[in-house]
Parts: sequence; C-alpha cells; structure tokens
Amino acid sequence: MQLDPLLLAIAVPLVVAAAIFAGLPKRYSVRLAYLGFGAPAAIALWLWSRFPANAGEAYQFMSSRDLGLSLLGIKLTLGLNGISLPMFVLAGVVGLAAGLYAIQSGAERLKIYLALLLVMQGGLMGVFASVDVFFFYFFHELALIPSFIMVGIWGGRDRGYAAMKLTIYLTVGAMLSLAGLILIYHQSGAQTFDLITLRTEALAHPLSVTAQKYGFGLLLFGFGILVSLWPFHTWAPLGYGAAPSSAAMLHAGVLKKFGLYGLLQVALPLAPVGAAHWSGVLTVLALGNVLIVGIIALAQRDLKQVIGYGSVMHMGYAFLGIAAMSVVGVGGAVLMMVAHGLSVALLFLLSTCIYHRTHTFDLTEMGGLARHTPVLAAFFVAATMASIGLPGFANFWGELALFVAIWKFSPWVAAGAVAGVVITAIYALRAVAKVFFGPPTEAFSRVVAHVTPVDLRWAERIPALLLLGLLLFIGFWPRSLSAPLHSALGSLAPALAVKASADPRP
Amino acid sequence: MNLSLLQSAAADNRWAALFPELPLALLALLLLVLEIVLPKRQHRSIPVVAILGQLALLVALLVNLRGGMTEQLTFNGLIRHSPTGQFFRVLFLVTSLLVSLLGVVSLARQRMPRVEFFHIVMIVSAAMMLLVQSHHFVMFFVALETVTVGFYILVSYYRTNPLSLEAGLKYLVMGALSSAMLLFGIVLLYGAVGNPALAPSGLAAGAMDFASVRQFLLAHPDNFLAQVGIVLVLSGVAFKIGAVPFQIWVPDVYQGAPTPITAFLAVGSKAAGFGALVVLAGVFAPCKSLVIPVLSVMAGATILFGNLAALTQYNVKRLIALSGVSHAGYLLIGVIAAYYDPAALSGVYFYLIAYLVASFAVFGVMTHVSGENEADQELEHYADLARTHPFLALVLVIGLGSLAGIPPLAGFIGKLMIFLAAFSAGLYVLLGIAVLGVVISIYYYFGWIKAACFSAWRLPAPAGEAAAGLPRTPVAWPARVTLGTLAVASVVLGLWQGPLIGWLLAR
Repeated sequence: MQLDPLLLAIAVPLVVAAAIFAGLPKRYSVRLAYLGFGAPAAIALWLWSRFPANAGEAYQFMSSRDLGLSLLGIKLTLGLNGISLPMFVLAGVVGLAAGLYAIQSGAERLKIYLALLLVMQGGLMGVFASVDVFFFYFFHELALIPSFIMVGIWGGRDRGYAAMKLTIYLTVGAMLSLAGLILIYHQSGAQTFDLITLRTEALAHPLSVTAQKYGFGLLLFGFGILVSLWPFHTWAPLGYGAAPSSAAMLHAGVLKKFGLYGLLQVALPLAPVGAAHWSGVLTVLALGNVLIVGIIALAQRDLKQVIGYGSVMHMGYAFLGIAAMSVVGVGGAVLMMVAHGLSVALLFLLSTCIYHRTHTFDLTEMGGLARHTPVLAAFFVAATMASIGLPGFANFWGELALFVAIWKFSPWVAAGAVAGVVITAIYALRAVAKVFFGPPTEAFSRVVAHVTPVDLRWAERIPALLLLGLLLFIGFWPRSLSAPLHSALGSLAPALAVKASADPRP
Repeated sequence: MNLSLLQSAAADNRWAALFPELPLALLALLLLVLEIVLPKRQHRSIPVVAILGQLALLVALLVNLRGGMTEQLTFNGLIRHSPTGQFFRVLFLVTSLLVSLLGVVSLARQRMPRVEFFHIVMIVSAAMMLLVQSHHFVMFFVALETVTVGFYILVSYYRTNPLSLEAGLKYLVMGALSSAMLLFGIVLLYGAVGNPALAPSGLAAGAMDFASVRQFLLAHPDNFLAQVGIVLVLSGVAFKIGAVPFQIWVPDVYQGAPTPITAFLAVGSKAAGFGALVVLAGVFAPCKSLVIPVLSVMAGATILFGNLAALTQYNVKRLIALSGVSHAGYLLIGVIAAYYDPAALSGVYFYLIAYLVASFAVFGVMTHVSGENEADQELEHYADLARTHPFLALVLVIGLGSLAGIPPLAGFIGKLMIFLAAFSAGLYVLLGIAVLGVVISIYYYFGWIKAACFSAWRLPAPAGEAAAGLPRTPVAWPARVTLGTLAVASVVLGLWQGPLIGWLLAR
C-alpha cells in the first residue's frame, strides 16, 4: 500500500494519543507528542510546497477507502484543493504551536492533556483533508469533544459552567448542520456524501429551490453557531476565557473555522439559490458581529475576554465575504480565516504568557510590563498589529480583499465593516497600552515585588515565532496561498451565476 | 400437539433448529444440578461454568452463523427462522453473557444465593430468542410471559433490600396489566381472524398464526375488532420497550433492580421488545394507516419524555433508565421508517448493537462504583472517579459518549442511520424531535461525565470520618477485560464497520 501523506497527517496524532491513553510512561509520552504534533505540520508544509498553483477545482493527493459505510455512500475520501490547502496548513502550524506550548506548560496530568490535544489535532487535520462530507463532519466532532473536556478539567474561572455552555451551544450547531448535510445528501439524489460527486450532480441537476432554501438555512445557522455568528456567539468569549491556552489556540484558531469552511466548500456550491436567499439575513447578522460585538469588546476589562470578543468580531468579516458571493469576497474570507487563525492563536498564547507574569487577566491591574519583558511586549504588539490588519501581515490581504468585495456588494455595509476596523484598533491598542505601558498599577507593583517577571523564555518564543513567521510569510508573499485558492474558486461558478441573474445592475 | 408430532420432530432432527435456545436452557438446568451435586466449597465455580458455557455457546453459534439463516418454519409453524432471528440470537447470548459477568461482580457484595441468578438470566435469554422468532401468537405469548416472569424474580432478587422488593412489586403489577392488555388484544385478533364469515379464502394455518393474521388484515384492513386488537397488542409490546405512555414503571424498577438486572432490562428486554415489534409491524403492515400514527405519536412522546425527565435526575440509575426511554423513541423512528423503506431496519439493528455495547460499558462502571445498596447511586458518588479509577472513568466516558451519539463512537453511526432512514421516509417532524432530544441528552450525559472527570470543590470530610463517596469495588481482571473490550468495540464500530452494515443492509 502506498503511503498516503494526508492519512498520515491524521493518523499520527491519533495513534500517539491512543498510545498515551493506553498507558505509555510520561517520559516517552512527551517525546512521542513532539512527533504527534510535528508530523502533521511537516506534512502540511511539504504538501503546500508541492501544490500546483493552477490546479483548478480539482482535488490533489486523492485517496479513498471503504470503512464499511459505502452502501450508504460514505467513504473515507481524502484530498486537498485550493480552498482546503490553506486551512490544512493553518491546522498543522497552529497545532504544532499549541502542542509545543502545551508540552512546556507543565499542566497537571500532562499526559492526558497532551493526548486530548493530539486527538483534537488529528481531527482538525481530518476536517480539512476530507472530501467526503460525512467525514468532514465526523472529524469536526472528533476535534470538538476533547475541547469540552479540556475546558472542564484544565479550565480557569467558571470552567464547569463554561464547559457546559460550550457543549450545549456547539452540539446544537453541530446537530443543525448535520440535519442540513443530510437534507442535501438526500435531496441531491446522488446517494453519496462524496463532495465531488455531489458538486457534479448539483451542476447537472440543481436541487429544488425549496430544498436549497431549507438546506442552506440549516447549514447557515448550524455552522453559524459553530463560528459564533451574532447573536449565537455568547459561548465563545466565555469558553475561550475558561479554556486552557493550547485548547483556546486550537479552537479559536482552527476549529472555529470549520463552519465557514463548510459554508464555502459545501453550502455555496451545492445550494447557490439558497445562499442568495439568505444573503440579506446573513449580512445583517454579520454586521451584528462586527459592530455590536465590537462595541462589547470595547467594554471588556479582562484581557482574555477582549481577545475572545475580538475573535468573534472578526468572524463577521468572513461572513460578510461569503454574503457578498463573489470570487474576491470568498477568497478574502479564506485568507482572513488563515490570517485570523494564526493571529488569534498567537494572542491567546501571549496572553497566557502575560498571565504567568502578572497573575491576573484584569487590564486595570496591569501596566508597565514592557519594562520587565521587552521581548514579550514586542511579540504582543506585533500580534495586535496583525489582528488590526497592518500591511505586512497576512491579515492585511484578507481584509483588503474583503473590503473590496463588500464595497462592490454594498457601500453601506462596507462603511459598517470599515468602522469595525476602527473599533478593533481602539480595543486592541488600548489593551497593549494597559498591559505593557504606562505607570505600573498598585496591584501590579505588589506582584512585581513578590516575583520579578522574567522575559519570554525560548520554550514560549518558539511557538510564538512559528505563528508570527507564517503570518509575515503570507503577508509578504500572499501569492503562495492566493494562486491555488483563486484557481479553486471556480467551484463558486453556480453561486456567481445565481448572484448575477438576481442582480439588477449590469 | 400429540406424541406422534413430537416423535416426528425428533426423527426429522428439528430440535437442531433450536440450537442456541435448547443448550442454553440445558446449561441453566445443569447449574441447578451442579449446585446439588457439588460440595458446598466448590459452589463458587458454578458461575465460572455458567460464563464459560455461554462463551462456548456463543462461539458455536458464531461458527454456525450461516446454518441457522435459511428461512423456514419449524414446529408446526410456531417458529420462523430467519437471518433476523439469527441476529437476535447472537445479541441475546451476548447480553446474557455480559449480565452474568456483571452479576459476578454485583453478587460478590451480597449474601444471596448465586446459582439461581445465572439460571434465570439464561432461561430468560432463551425465551427472548424464542420471542423474536415466534410466528404464532401462542408461542409469542408463552415466550413473552417466560421473559416477564423471569424478570419479576430477577428485579426483586436482592430480597433484603426494600427498594429491590418495591421495584419487583411495581414491575409485577405493571407487567400483569400489560400482559392482560396484550392477551386481550390477541384474543380480539383471534376472534376477528377466526370468524368463519370473514375468513379470506385459502387461510391455511390457524387463526393465531402470524401469516393468517396478515392475510386476514390484507382482506379486511378496516375491521374494527382487529384494529382494537392491534392497538392493544402494540401497547403490550410498548410496555416491554418502555415507550410512552407505558414508561411509568421504568425509573423505579430500573433504580431498585440489581444493577446487572437493570442492564438486562435496559438492553435485553428492550431488544426483545423491538425484535417482537419488528415482527408484528410486518404482520400488521396492511393496517399501516393505523399503526404508523400510533407508533409516531409514541415515538415523539417517548423521545421528549425520556430526555426531559432525565434532565432532572441526580440518581444515575434513574438517569440511565429515562435516557433508555428516549433511546426506545429513536429506535421507534427506525421501525416506522421501515414501513417506507425496509432498509431502515438495518439502522435499528445497528443501533441496538451500538446501544448494547455502550450500555454495558456504562452499567459495568456503575456496578463497580456502587456500594452494597445498589439503588443508592448519585451523581456525586462519581466525583473524582477520573483520579482514583482512570480506567473506569475512560470506559464511562466512552460509553456515555456513544449513548449520546458523539462521533467517533458507535452510537453516532446508529443515530446517523436512523436519521438517514427517517429523512428518506419523510418523517421530518419526528426527525426534528429526535434532533431536539439529542441536544437535550447532551446536557445530562455530559453532566455525568462532568461529575466523574472534572474536579469540583467539596466540603472537606470532618476529621475521623471517611471521605464522602461509596467504597468502590476494585476491578478484577475479567471485568477489566470485558469493559476494555466494550470500550474498544464502541470506538472500532464507530470508525470501521467493515462488512457489518453491508450484512445488515443486505437482508
């Protein structure tokens, strides 16, 4: 049997996790964990370098296996196209960073912590490598479950409540999207979950308009809850606030993008009429994400909450890109997802580093940390700039493309979106100022008197550098991602046709 | 039936058609003989004989799996052999084996006679096998009553425990009521089918035979007497599977019964009920327009009641009882969908397998966590299980996850197959209720996992007193192997179903 790199990227973390669960001694567990986190990242980067720039819609590195459900039209089909490649790379790199950070964190019951994180990592690699819609959902759930448990066991304040709320919200979202996926599977008449067949089938015989409307609606709200679409977002800041840092990095950085990715890969190509039908609703809700959640983020006094609400807010841009239904908008959404995944993971990582030095997340009890930890300050400022969308970082290209697309879609919406950038700048820069600059507060002086904060250690720097490096790399050379992405966006053709026919303007 | 019939049956070697049932019953009798014959100090080896005997039977049955699959009627049309029957034989033998294994753990804490426990469990299992293969209402009722009477004893087996006795009494009263309803329904059907004025031409067998009932219903689907009979028979079966409105007994009986028997009720009795229901659904198929609405209302109410009632429970035995009610609802959807697409039954069967594997994992953990009084099992007794017994906690998480229907566990595939079948049958309302039920169920399943795995702050125990919580039975190696196998099976069936689903779909 030929060695399949995609399967390997999924299986290595899962096998390592199984070995740790089976009772591997701690010393070997940690060593194996390096392999479990490293292998997917290495494979992802290697595949990226080998990916043809003009692949079109076609999937690369395809493989297919029957695991026993083929009579229901389900096969483990793996492959990457231009849309999934960036996400696959994102999952690999953020996973490695989160893993490295977890290994050095010295958490209680480290073995189980690493094993759960590895299960999550394996599931995430699977999500973005799946061509079969069933396994796409399956791997998402596989990655989701450990995050509940990690919040519940290793979480911070309110972990019990947060874990419960997270579980219920995300289960509702997952069940709705499952119902939508089954609806599309059933209505397509193709009797298969294979995305490629479903797409050709949808091109030849589009789904009935009613089925498209219901299907897209179910998927929109199902996936929307998973991506924290306003007003279903309240689980996110709470969950991220309570989650241990590595889990928050993986969840906010990668797992949450599942819903957007599903809308792009499954819902838009298969139910273009449904997408056009829901476009208006989606625009309003997404503007709610940008403006309302943005204003809520302004009011936060807790560093993790600021980052959590900020992450919810940025999802609004990606939703707007989808609502615009254009190649530029969707491409911008994908770039935005990658860039935001990297930057928010970096922010969560650094905020935990800050916590270890200030012993609080409360912004009103910090100040002047830069004097003690200049390197940490530099990293944090860079991450903040990235999330605001400064040129040079990957986020810039995503936001630029999105704003262009949104402007074409509707200048009024674009005005709202641009106002969001101002809001981001206010809360992000204010957080930087409160943590690192200005006179130290009384509470912080007491902490400093107790233990002098040390600067970022190398064990913390390496994962941070990894994320920052990729952000800058894409920022300076966006073509590396946008070329295969652009050629893959042909899958949107039916959606664009619907849009064009609905648009009265020439 | 006279002697010559028996003789001819013996001469034709028809007894061989009852391969697992007869040896199982004989093995049960052997246990009683051994108790008399063996000296008292060797009595502890009798459970070993029971378990090894059942294991050997299971292996023999699996080796000879294809042999029993030819469709045929034996014993004068009393029993109908089919691949489905063969599937249920394996299912019940596995159930009986697992109940016996849990029984060893549970009985070790009690001062009770042991042998009869295994004896009755095996007899009941043999009767369940006959129940799902019966092709005649007399056979059906006798097998069902054997099962029910056996359960009366088993539920109140720990007779020094008032809760166990109370449960036994409740089960007796409710069971008698349901038997009466079932019997009344059978009599009404008999009266209608046996009416010579209405008899369709070519009615070959007697009026109690399933084939003739079906034939009659095809000719007279609107016969009022027969319709009342159908509803009453379905009510009797609904009692077995614990479907609303016949679920009243479930929480109390499940709580009071010894934990292995709770597992037996939850899995064995429910599977037997569904086996019978699938057969009857086929018999009553000509009256679809009556059966489908009855079952649909039942399914929807069962899912909602089970999940909503389980939400408020703190006693895990009541919790698992009520969640079991909701599982019966999901399975009912599969049975209804089978009227539109017979392939839906494969979903029901797979769901039963997944449910068996997951339930026994959970009940196995419950058996080990419980103290002497098995009815007293609160969620708080599971505190810190993950720290003190990581193995049990892992098995519990996998079992509950599978019951909740979380990928990559077997329960998810079962739910998916049922949902797919419901979709193709167009049962959108029921599907919506089922999805809602799954979401509600996450709350209490996850609450249990939370109680077992997440450390919570508790009042420190006053000095001199033992820490709160029950003494937990250490996990001996047979239980460890069993629970480990069940947990691995849940994962494997979720990831790789191999030829299993193909086999289930092919029939």
